[in-house]
Amino acid sequence: MEFFIISMLNGLSYGLLLFMLSSGLTLIFSMMGVLNFAHASFYMVGAYVGYTVSRMVGFWPALVIAPLVVGALGAVFERLCLRRVHKFGHVPELLITFGLSYVILELVQLIWGRIAVEFRPPELLQGPVFTLINHSAKGLSMVWGAAPAEMCQAADAAVRLVCSPFPATRGFMMLVAMVMLVSVWLLLTRTRIGLVIQAALTHPEAVEALGHNVPAVFMMVFGAGAALAGLAGVIGGSTFLTEPSMAATVGSVIFVVVVVGGMGSLSGAFLASVLIGVIQTFAVAFDYSIGTLAAQLGVQLSAGALGNTFVKLTLSQVAPILPYLFLVLILIFRPKGLLGTREG
Amino acid sequence: MKFAMKAVAFGVMLAGASVAFAQKGEVVKMVRIDPLTGLLGPVGVSQAKGYQFFAEKFSGAGNPAGVKFEVTPIDNKLSPAESLNALKAAIDGGARYIIQGNGSSVALALSDAVAKHNERNPGKEVLYLNDSAVDPDLTNSKCNYWHFRFDADTTMKMEAMSSFIGEQKDVKKVYLLNQNYSHGVQVAKYAKETLARKRPDIQIVGEDLHPLAQTRDFAPYIAKIKASGADTVITGNWGSDLSLLVKAANEGGFNGKIFTYYAGVTGTPTALGTNGAGRVYQIAYNHYNMGGQMQKWQEEFKKKYNDDFYTGSTIRIFEMLGAAMAKAKSTDPVKVAAAMEGLRVQSFNGEVEMRKTDHQLQQPLYMTVWDKASPKFPYSPENTGMTLVPLKEYPNYVSSTPTSCQMKRPS
Repeated sequence: MEFFIISMLNGLSYGLLLFMLSSGLTLIFSMMGVLNFAHASFYMVGAYVGYTVSRMVGFWPALVIAPLVVGALGAVFERLCLRRVHKFGHVPELLITFGLSYVILELVQLIWGRIAVEFRPPELLQGPVFTLINHSAKGLSMVWGAAPAEMCQAADAAVRLVCSPFPATRGFMMLVAMVMLVSVWLLLTRTRIGLVIQAALTHPEAVEALGHNVPAVFMMVFGAGAALAGLAGVIGGSTFLTEPSMAATVGSVIFVVVVVGGMGSLSGAFLASVLIGVIQTFAVAFDYSIGTLAAQLGVQLSAGALGNTFVKLTLSQVAPILPYLFLVLILIFRPKGLLGTREG
Repeated sequence: MKFAMKAVAFGVMLAGASVAFAQKGEVVKMVRIDPLTGLLGPVGVSQAKGYQFFAEKFSGAGNPAGVKFEVTPIDNKLSPAESLNALKAAIDGGARYIIQGNGSSVALALSDAVAKHNERNPGKEVLYLNDSAVDPDLTNSKCNYWHFRFDADTTMKMEAMSSFIGEQKDVKKVYLLNQNYSHGVQVAKYAKETLARKRPDIQIVGEDLHPLAQTRDFAPYIAKIKASGADTVITGNWGSDLSLLVKAANEGGFNGKIFTYYAGVTGTPTALGTNGAGRVYQIAYNHYNMGGQMQKWQEEFKKKYNDDFYTGSTIRIFEMLGAAMAKAKSTDPVKVAAAMEGLRVQSFNGEVEMRKTDHQLQQPLYMTVWDKASPKFPYSPENTGMTLVPLKEYPNYVSSTPTSCQMKRPS
């Protein structure tokens, strides 16, 4: 049971990190029709800027400053580059973000080096947020913070006692993502600027005719999307690892999230990122393969077939490719995505 | 006339002397092909410093042949394909000695490529000196005359590790977590084989292979290991794959033992911190508190680069090459290879031998455990205040394992 809870929380926290990234990407896409290839690069820049700022003034100010810096960079890029190529259509827009991702990667390697930097979370987040104690006689209980050592040591050898701490960094990751989700949702649905953004999503000409500055709205959305990626970078970088290939590893997954959730759908992105996070985490846990499945169904396989590499492949081994398999299946059977509204 | 005779005699003597020491003062160009970027880059970068450091120490009067060693690193991004390009570049640049170690996947490709090159380019042979790739195939089914291994292969390490585990009565359930490539697969295979032989009562409760140098989050694996009820994990992981695993184990509250190959390698000491005390073990051919000259070098290395030196095979490569070149009186790889076969040298921990049958260095192994540094074992990697405390030494005759190598020698 504690395995299920901890794995679920691991999956949820990873999924929520993906959501922080993909929300900005999907907002930018739905508004400007730009598939921003450099989005994950903003995530990486966020982590590195966060690392540098946290060494100067501490982690908490970095959590605010780094997203602002990344947001400003995003806004400047939109104003100076993206807007100029906008009139040439979508392909040049796509290509310019593609180019930007390479420029950012090289710049990051020039400034911070090619190997990982040591970005540590603050003292406050280094311990566990709570500990699950599974006692084979007394059942499951929970303590906030770290559990005292004597609670995790069975006095009786017959009793199975397992303590599972949940790291505070992950708890914090979930908290920030939830706060972000709620505030973005409130901003979009409850404020005047949100209404303008929503209107500009579908009918930019009409909004412009009503006297709103649509290009400025675009710039703001692009900047805000980049800032969200920067925020995710500070949290992801300190929890996992800050290194130059961090953009490439999440880059492909967030595209999966956006496509699976439905291009431009914020709720779709949320659903898809949580789904992918949980699936990936749980897939690691299962040792089922075609061979064991056949055995359970009562199908007798020959010794040669059982020794076959593909028959022996377990779910945990194929876990890394599951999101992409999911992407292909969604594109075949439901091209508009889980919660998407537009076709194709 | 007398003067002319003397001059001729002197000239002959001089010529004789210069023949005897033909190699003296020659520059031996060596290229190390290894990852300098990416997740496992920090390991390669640290080892490159080691080669720099010891090339200086062993050049000139530092080796019996009196040659000068020059080592240049080339980044292969841990890719076998990139490594073959790097090999070509190295050969074109005039290097006749190729060093590599990180990644048995790369090692297998290089060993094959070097053999082919030597077959097709007589007179331009290159030697492949393997400092860390431990896949047993390299000195067994895929053994090759031009390849020399200075690390101890997985059969040797596992033999020693399982002997040690055999004496640990509290080890009952073992989990195998390894990288999904040749090395990780071999570690899992030999762990099962040797444990079944030495402690048949030990249960293997789980086995996993994860992608090499790609996993950033080991928390799901730790949850799985805990759920399996394992009290011990055996892993051949290295670099970030080990430091992130250890970090996740600490955060996820895994309290069992972890038996590793590379706990002392860049990044892992910091990730271990004080948490792993008494629970994390390493089997290797050296450790941080060897004493003697090695200790002095280690201190000097730390002062110079603010880094820890752990790839002791670097030293062995220079010792062996120096001795072989003096014996062959040449730096020609063909003659040096022949001289190196069966060669014995005094190294930092006694005599080591390059076994003739398979080119596997025969050397003692050490089982160490992560614990507080003490006046007796003072060296603390990454300034953690901790060290690897030696528990047991396995001398050559214990660590040695048989080989199935049928080596084809150039006629």
